[in-house]
Amino acid sequence: MAITVKFFASLREQIGIENTTQPFREGMTPAALWEEVVPGQPLPGNVLVAVNMEYAGPEHLLTDGDEVAFFPPVTGGGA
Amino acid sequence: MSITVTPAPFEPWETLRAHELQLARRAKVGACAVFVGTMRDINEGDGVRAMTLEHYPGMTERHLERIAAEAKARWSLEDVLVVHRVGEVTPADPIVLVAVWSGHRREAFEACRFIMEDLKSKAPFWKKEQLDTQARWVEHNTPGH
Repeated sequence: MAITVKFFASLREQIGIENTTQPFREGMTPAALWEEVVPGQPLPGNVLVAVNMEYAGPEHLLTDGDEVAFFPPVTGGGA
Repeated sequence: MSITVTPAPFEPWETLRAHELQLARRAKVGACAVFVGTMRDINEGDGVRAMTLEHYPGMTERHLERIAAEAKARWSLEDVLVVHRVGEVTPADPIVLVAVWSGHRREAFEACRFIMEDLKSKAPFWKKEQLDTQARWVEHNTPGH
């Protein structure tokens, strides 16, 4: 299995990746995953992280097969 | 409880009317509070011609369902309806409809506002504006309180 990684909105455009997969390693966290997928660019402080479609912290312990999403602050709704 | 994220244009007052008919004039309902958010043609001083609303399929719906369930746990509500548009919208198009039915006005007003504010601060939606000469992502919401 592997970790599925998704980027949304402005972050997707900046990084140039929409979806990718990364091999799972024991003890992996979203922060560590970010460093592997986006090398040389520190995880921006305002980026939100979701694991399996639930908000999670950058140090959340991942499990093989997890889906991890990185996205900018949300701006839904009208007016 | 009805939660919909739709790429198709919707007419909030017709959606509301259809939902009202489904409720079949329940006598327990004494109040209905409604919020409709529409697209404006100006933001931060610039004219906006169109906007693309992006979401995270699966997570967005799940989060909206959770907000509605939380509102139902906090207040005594008869029903909750949330419709949110995604895709390309143009000025004056409806973006969001939140309607809450309850026994009394306090629950309806408070729950409607709670759902709307929680949606704006936590539900994964993003807006990209098309201006006259460039496109830009909306980076933050206007305060609601």
